[in-house]
Amino acid sequence: MRGSRLGSWLAMLLGVLYFFIPLLATFEFSLRYFRGVYSVEAYRIVLADPQFGATVTYSIVLALATIVMGIALVVPTAYWIQLRLPGLRPVVEFITLLPLVIPAIVLVFGYLRIYNSSSILPLTGTERTTDVLLMASYVTLALPYVYRSVDTALRAIDVRTLTQAAQSLGAGWSTILFRVILPNVRVGVLSGAFLTFAIVIGEFTMASLLDRPAFGPYLQLIGANRAYEPSALAIISFALTWACMGLIQVFGRGAAGQAAGAR
Amino acid sequence: MAQASRVTVAPSPGAPTVVSRVSWAWVGVVPFFAFALMFLILPTALLVVGGLQDAQGRLTLTNILDLFEPTILSSYLISIKVSAASAIGGALIGFFLAYAAISGGLPAWVRPTLMTFSGVASNFAGVPLAFAFLATLGRTGLVTALLVNVFGFDIYDAGFNLLSFAGLTLTYMYFQIPLMVLILAPAIDGLKREWREAAANLGASTWEYWRYIALPILWPPLLGSTLLLFANAFGAVATAYALTGSSLNIVTIVLYAQIRGDVLHNPNLGYALALGMILITGLSNAAYIWLRGRSERWLR
Amino acid sequence: MAYLELRGLKKNFSDVVALEQLDLAVGAGEFLTLLGPSGCGKTTALRIVAGFEHPDAGTVVLEDRDITHLSASRRNMGMVFQAYSLFPNMTAEENVMFGLRLRKVPQDEQKRRVGRLFDLIGLARARTRYPHQLSGGQQQRVALARALAIEPRVLLLDEPLSALDARVRVQLREEIRRIQTNLGITALYVTHDQEEALSISDRIAVMSAGRIEQLGTASEIYGSPATPFVAEFVGTMNRLTGEVVDGGESIVDCRGLQLRVTAVQGLPRRQRVLVLVRPESVEVTALGDGEAPAGTLVGQVTSHSFLGAITRIKIAAESGADLAADVQSARAGAFPIGVRVACRFAAESPSVLKLDDA
Repeated sequence: MRGSRLGSWLAMLLGVLYFFIPLLATFEFSLRYFRGVYSVEAYRIVLADPQFGATVTYSIVLALATIVMGIALVVPTAYWIQLRLPGLRPVVEFITLLPLVIPAIVLVFGYLRIYNSSSILPLTGTERTTDVLLMASYVTLALPYVYRSVDTALRAIDVRTLTQAAQSLGAGWSTILFRVILPNVRVGVLSGAFLTFAIVIGEFTMASLLDRPAFGPYLQLIGANRAYEPSALAIISFALTWACMGLIQVFGRGAAGQAAGAR
Repeated sequence: MAQASRVTVAPSPGAPTVVSRVSWAWVGVVPFFAFALMFLILPTALLVVGGLQDAQGRLTLTNILDLFEPTILSSYLISIKVSAASAIGGALIGFFLAYAAISGGLPAWVRPTLMTFSGVASNFAGVPLAFAFLATLGRTGLVTALLVNVFGFDIYDAGFNLLSFAGLTLTYMYFQIPLMVLILAPAIDGLKREWREAAANLGASTWEYWRYIALPILWPPLLGSTLLLFANAFGAVATAYALTGSSLNIVTIVLYAQIRGDVLHNPNLGYALALGMILITGLSNAAYIWLRGRSERWLR
Repeated sequence: MAYLELRGLKKNFSDVVALEQLDLAVGAGEFLTLLGPSGCGKTTALRIVAGFEHPDAGTVVLEDRDITHLSASRRNMGMVFQAYSLFPNMTAEENVMFGLRLRKVPQDEQKRRVGRLFDLIGLARARTRYPHQLSGGQQQRVALARALAIEPRVLLLDEPLSALDARVRVQLREEIRRIQTNLGITALYVTHDQEEALSISDRIAVMSAGRIEQLGTASEIYGSPATPFVAEFVGTMNRLTGEVVDGGESIVDCRGLQLRVTAVQGLPRRQRVLVLVRPESVEVTALGDGEAPAGTLVGQVTSHSFLGAITRIKIAAESGADLAADVQSARAGAFPIGVRVACRFAAESPSVLKLDDA
């Protein structure tokens, strides 16, 4: 038994090294702007770049919109499935698995074909509508995780009783959803929200193919043209993702997990 | 006097009629299904159908056959190789890590820490990950420099290049390993301590325990998770784009170029590429789900 | 010489003392039970014997060989776990054959042994079933057969019946005992169920907080508990504190009441003692308003517990003590709640524990 414990520690050590060394290297690289001395010049340049502010703002706004729309879609659906339409559950669960099976690039390819300028619904016609399309793409990407979070949270409360109690007190459906159900699945909703945020902030493929000024394409552009700023950006981006994941851990167990987003 | 046939009487003190109850529920889920139709089902279906049509809309298998054209086929092969390599590497290392943390006799805090970090790390992908590995193993990367300065060993002289098949695989493993840890953890939990002890008690060595008991029980989730990792890598594009650009012709990069119009080709070929991708990732996921169902019998 | 000996075993887990000082000698072919509440160290002791834990101090000696540091897989002991121990990917038959396969026992000998064992446990028809297709009781039978297949020197059983239904438990414990006696295998059994221990063991070691409180046969443990803990843990016991009045005449003063108790014979005057008497040894007679006979405890009935053939009556004695008395349920009606009764017991019935002066 003792030998295997040594092996276990060794495996963990190697894992830790493999995990942390790239992060350290990135951080170290980002400090190398001036030859021979460490400085935060690269960060200064990045933060001063108006494009940085613009793209981050764009992505944040988009992320918030995605979160709202995602929750607006998922919560009522999960609620109705739980309450009245349990037979539809397998169908809904299959649908929420599709974004995990179909790669993002394939999806956006499909969107460009269906919703291009010459189709019935020319979403790529104007910038605003393309933004809407991009938001819809993000909702799709985040769907599996948001649904799973919310569904798990819903299962933990007795939806039927709460609804009946609210109805007997005279509440209409929107009241029930907003004032009774939503507050009680706050944890699941928050987990889903933070995960969505993390996905959207770093996403590259869809934003780039739909030609929108999001943070992901900006990152790639900087990477192609500059030497040290990419590392600084990478650290900033990691910090943001970590913050989201950390908040997820704080607010919900078991919702965080599998990967999504730009890969 | 015309009267609507299906009439709901004015609210009576009592439960609403069954009709209105059911219809409210369906109304509630319509947005979701409409969304799914518009942004999941239709696009996919269109791609599948489009892949089976030529430019005039006639049914044809030409696009699929064109997939076997040397350049396209070679890009599929590269994709498959990178995905398989990072999946198998990620699976093996992830398995050892997960097993070490869960059943390896380590202190209790190791496992939740590993799970948290895996949750975070499995989301490190795309452009920032490429930057990170460039900063680590690129020509002027930290580790590259360290190896030269401390050990006098220049990996680039020795033939290594981050911007290659090997480099991309190594980079992919950064999110494949944590993903494996997360998916496999429940299966390893399912390996009951009593089996190990009973085996030892009956005289089995560690090797015999693994050969007759642990591996036979674990191979479905192991294989299934590897397939999931494979599908995961197969569909990835951002990391590759930021790292190797168009120098490594994996399928997703080819498709990306197609969509961008960088290469003016037969658009239906784009459909076929997408169709091929859907087939491969779909099959892998289906196999994963089937294998997961098999393993739950014993490992719950 | 004892077949299996545990000498001076000590084991700590972090800052928790699991075993303080365990000395135990098990004879060949004996069925010895470690009985105690959870946390008393009985499972730790068993796991040390099996080789799954290493003691911090002390030795385990089997047939005069020190096996303390021998790995678990080389000890040739068969262990039956509490639950879940059958390998799920193998049929019942393959499970039982596993140990034989490892030892490269020839095929026909394997078949012979396995066949015999399945007949022994009465599951010949279930040989090709998988564990998830077997009931809890059947699984434990197969686990027993698997442990016996390798013809172990010692059979170790770690609460094998705790996870089973009550009816199955009674049935199975008889079977385990029957098989063990038939095969003459030395067995070390761990349980927290005192009824189980009392019914099937040759000897019982009652444990608490890492040490053995008393080692003896079932009747010794039951009839003459050596410590207050054993008295409490095994069966229900009435406890009366008192002071020896006359060692020669065996008189004890229990809160003003003079009782004759044979067991205080020879004890010094003023010795404080605990008089322990079982409910079934207490005789109850209804008093009404009558005068209490000498040497009886008088009190009021406070409750009835119907236990089947017996009803346990609780009495609040006037002296302040609480007593439990067992009467046949048919007669229990004579002592309704609230009625005044007199309790007495024969002088030979109680056992006595000396109380060290505080």
